[in-house]
Amino acid sequence: MKNPYLPYPVKIDDIVVETEDKNLKTFKFVFLNPEDEANFKYMPGQFAELSVPGKGEIPIGIASSPTEKGYLTFTVNKVGVVTTFLHNMKVGDIMGIRGPLGNWYPWEEMEGKNVVIIGGGFAFTTLRSSVVYMLHPQNRPKFGKITVVYGARNPGLLLYKQELMEWEKRDDIEMHITVDAADDPNWKYNVGFVPAITEQKVKSSENAYAIVCGPPIMIKFTQPVLEKLGFPPERIILSLENRMKCAIGMCGRCNVGDQFVCKDGPVFSLAKLRTLPPEY
Amino acid sequence: MGTSKVLKKDEWLKVIEDLRKGYKVFVPTKEGDFHFFREYKDGIRPDLNFSNTRLSPKGLIYPQSERMFECPLSKDQEGAFILKESPKDFGPQLVVGIRPCDAYGFLIVKRNFDNPQYRDPWWVRRYESTTFVGLGCNEPCPTCFCNAAAGGPFGEEGLDLLMWDLGDEYLIKPITEKGSNLLAKVEGKEAQDGEIKEAESLKKESQKKMDFSFDITPLKNKAQLELFNEPYWEDVAFSCINCGTCTYLCPTCWCFDIQDEVYKNHCDRIRNWDSCMFPLFTLHGSGHNPREKKFQRVRQRFMHKLKYYVDKYGNGIQCSGCGRCVRYCPVNIDIRNVIGLMCG
Ligand SMILES: Cc1cc2nc3c(=O)[nH]c(=O)nc-3n(C[C@H](O)[C@H](O)[C@H](O)COP(=O)(O)OP(=O)(O)OC[C@H]3O[C@@H](n4cnc5c(N)ncnc54)[C@H](O)[C@@H]3O)c2cc1C
Ligand code: SF4
Ligand code: SF4
Repeated sequence: MKNPYLPYPVKIDDIVVETEDKNLKTFKFVFLNPEDEANFKYMPGQFAELSVPGKGEIPIGIASSPTEKGYLTFTVNKVGVVTTFLHNMKVGDIMGIRGPLGNWYPWEEMEGKNVVIIGGGFAFTTLRSSVVYMLHPQNRPKFGKITVVYGARNPGLLLYKQELMEWEKRDDIEMHITVDAADDPNWKYNVGFVPAITEQKVKSSENAYAIVCGPPIMIKFTQPVLEKLGFPPERIILSLENRMKCAIGMCGRCNVGDQFVCKDGPVFSLAKLRTLPPEY
Repeated sequence: MGTSKVLKKDEWLKVIEDLRKGYKVFVPTKEGDFHFFREYKDGIRPDLNFSNTRLSPKGLIYPQSERMFECPLSKDQEGAFILKESPKDFGPQLVVGIRPCDAYGFLIVKRNFDNPQYRDPWWVRRYESTTFVGLGCNEPCPTCFCNAAAGGPFGEEGLDLLMWDLGDEYLIKPITEKGSNLLAKVEGKEAQDGEIKEAESLKKESQKKMDFSFDITPLKNKAQLELFNEPYWEDVAFSCINCGTCTYLCPTCWCFDIQDEVYKNHCDRIRNWDSCMFPLFTLHGSGHNPREKKFQRVRQRFMHKLKYYVDKYGNGIQCSGCGRCVRYCPVNIDIRNVIGLMCG
């Protein structure tokens, strides 16, 4: 019987400080056993439990894309016990990863469709995975127009800046980077909140899906904008975060109605969420 | 499944005592004012003259606290930071005197721990290595409602053998092949028609003593949001002190927490029973809590048992009617009243 609680041993291969406030770091992991890597087959939108022996486990969205072979990356915000400890760990340290866990964005359904990605703050992790996945030469023809609206409070808080700039230069993806406010006179992108920029830049919901990840306040104000644009709730896709321990639907704490965020989610359509108690 | 046997009470207890050679045997025994299931070691006196144990027997399959994994934590030690399964004993267990509600309770819990997607290896292995010898209830307590929630005071589901207390003797009925094989090895006379009739009438009498019943249809038909938004939840929760007694004693509450514990240079990953009644249960690292208020947690307990479970598994409610939460709640919150409200 496979033990679903047992993490795979991994080594920290690289650590990148993502934001100016140093609260977000991206960790790159390599598996100690090659067969574990082969077993870890994932899709953008899924998460894993990062397991730090002696401290505990935390659910974190997978920021790398399955098209990037040989490693996994996760971007972690420093908030409490495990995340703070992890932030102090070094390249070469050994820990564990358990997963992949949860469902993923509806890739099968989205084939042949336009995709609008809307992200705010540090919730851009699985969205990064999604963009990298869609832009891969093998996958790019499967999707129509790709639009990204991504905002942070200020330029120093944007994740994956180098990649954002590279995507800006491409003509097969439309980028709308924005910040709430910029004191840098050379800032050449948008200034404004994500919902407002979405309203200005996203012209059509035709044949399109919107994937939205961000702080609750951003999600709350983006929803009406998308609905005004004509996105039906079935095509507005959200990813939830609830406290969880087992991440396989057994420990009982992450439920939203009869759905477990860990196992039935974390990805839900707005249409589905409207049938469930709002406990998230 | 073979024929039932009848044994004098002391003969049967001797059989149980001898079975300790092949099994780890658990029996109810009285400690202070209450009964508990304990391993039948020398010095333990089995007492089958009881209504039910205060704690449910869920801990025999799913311990309140259990080591999952362990590893060394200093770099110079071999296997440092690589968690390995902690050693465990999955030898055969025999639980004697379990009440039918509690045996049925394990079947409710099984749907959580043993599902097509994931199997909890420890729960499953311990459950599979256990044989359940039930004791039917001649005298249900006023708080019992297994007739409505589960298979009733002589319900057979989840048991391998079922015992009837006939006064000086036990009638023992084989339910499963596992039980039948065990009983075949026991010397005893075959049950006669008269004894079988007596057992049948004890069952009927006992069932008559339970007066709570409900129809599950409204629980199935009402939408989750409709029940969730009912105005009565604040009233239901008003007197609750969030002590967690109800979930702790319940045979069908399965929620747990996972914690790492460190002693010197060694880490143990441990799982412990947890409770939806506690605010920390759902508290996010950010400070946000989806079930911050007491009434939200009380609502969660009842919605889980009486609606989410019903929707998820299409197989009854997540309650076996053992009545423990009714009996021991310090402020008399009664799940039967809540069922009434939700079905109303
Ligand atoms: C599906 C999913 C994806 C996530 N993706 C990311 C991500 O990509 N990057 C990121 O920085 N954060 C992410 N989070 C949130 C992250 O899991 C929490 O910030 C983290 O668990 C806090 O752990 P801590 O030990 O530092 O905090 P503490 O407050 O000390 O928490 C103690 C324990 O509570 C649990 N816990 C606390 N908050 C949460 C929470 N919000 N969600 C789940 N469990 C929690 C954890 O088990 C944690 O170890 C995600 C959460 C979920 C559910
Ligand atoms: S036993 Fe009663 S008071 Fe205690 S948490 Fe349960 S319902 Fe509330
Ligand atoms: S909810 Fe109450 S009556 Fe039902 S199984 Fe649990 S403790 Fe027994």
